[in-house]
Amino acid sequence: MTEPVPVHTTPSNKMIITMGLVASICGVLIVAAYETTQDAIANNKRIMVERAVFKVLPGAAKVSEYVATAGGIQALTGNVPEGGVKFYAAYDSAGALKGIAAEAAGKGYADMVRVLYGYDTKCQCIIGIGVVSMRETPGIGDKIITDKAFLKNFDALDVRVNAEMIALANAVKVVKHGTKQNAWEIDAIAGATVTSKAVGRGINESAQKLMPLLMPHVAELKP
Amino acid sequence: MSLKKEPDEGITFDTFMEGVWRQNPVFVMVLGMCPTLAVTVSAVNAVSMGVATLFVLVSSCLLVSLIRNLVPKEVRIATYIVIIATFVTLVDYIIQAVSLSLYEALGAFIQLIVVNCIILGRAEAHASKNPPLKAVVNALGMGIGFTIGLLALGATREILGAGKLFGFSLFGEHFQPWVVMVLPPGGFFVLGGWLLLFSFMRSRSEKGAAHE
Repeated sequence: MTEPVPVHTTPSNKMIITMGLVASICGVLIVAAYETTQDAIANNKRIMVERAVFKVLPGAAKVSEYVATAGGIQALTGNVPEGGVKFYAAYDSAGALKGIAAEAAGKGYADMVRVLYGYDTKCQCIIGIGVVSMRETPGIGDKIITDKAFLKNFDALDVRVNAEMIALANAVKVVKHGTKQNAWEIDAIAGATVTSKAVGRGINESAQKLMPLLMPHVAELKP
Repeated sequence: MSLKKEPDEGITFDTFMEGVWRQNPVFVMVLGMCPTLAVTVSAVNAVSMGVATLFVLVSSCLLVSLIRNLVPKEVRIATYIVIIATFVTLVDYIIQAVSLSLYEALGAFIQLIVVNCIILGRAEAHASKNPPLKAVVNALGMGIGFTIGLLALGATREILGAGKLFGFSLFGEHFQPWVVMVLPPGGFFVLGGWLLLFSFMRSRSEKGAAHE
């Protein structure tokens, strides 16, 4: 019982040196990889945003990022400030404002459904949507990308602001399939109501926040 | 199996084929099931995941093998994890630089390569006891075996669940896709089917050997 158990030990400093050495090699590798891929990644992200915006605003050729806050609108540099809403202003090749795109997100069946909507400042309506990300059931929820009748809702979805410019004149509402009557209603897909509602709720939430901030200053967007 | 003798055996064809066939990670050892079931909804995803894992496997086995005599055995697992995590971070950046849509399709499973038991298993069981070249050849075999396994699942699921292969439509407009195959349950169905096929082949070859 009193006999000491023979333990083979490596001195602590050897362990520390080995791990430190390995960690340094790994650190150098990671930094090198980061430095070399950074530009390509930033470029990929920009292309992805542009492609998404061009899809919801056909005819656009140039995209700039803006942020709308209670104090007005300005070009986005760095992070979005508290209470601010990020949006994209799209211009055609002649430099005229083509429309505005912003992101909306609503809780779907599986996870958040994130869509980008294109907005026309002249008719004050949404003229197209594209899905940014979703994990909805294939064959059911993902019909929001393919269902032509559903996408027709977004040919001219009314999101006018009210006279006081503090909210939308009519909140965007998702209605049961086949009962759409007003320009601010979205006709749900039969059998994919949860996902349709997620899109509608997301757009309503985003537009209620963005439009009152944006509309008083929309003239400033001329390049 | 006497481990001490292993370094003296040279590199044989079996060093490579071990992972591809006899000890195939997906069909024989049934390891790394998390990415196997989750990302194999299409053949492209499956191949990308396989290649990403292959890269991490080969590079970490090479590094582990190079420093195998320096690392005290008390801290070896910690060291291996740091090395594996490094290469996973590299792969993460590379995939983002190559294609963001692929990056989003693979999702969290790229980062989860860190805890893929095939890689830590190879580092511990093989690379830490063998010279670099042999470790690399063995890791290459394992990686290719894993990629083949993923591709087998991914291709089956894409054909049945979407009527496509590598994004090309196979059956024309009127094919009604078998959607369940690209959903999580489909992953288990297809994996079950492949495992069944492999056990059937194994039992046949064992019976054949017994007859001779």
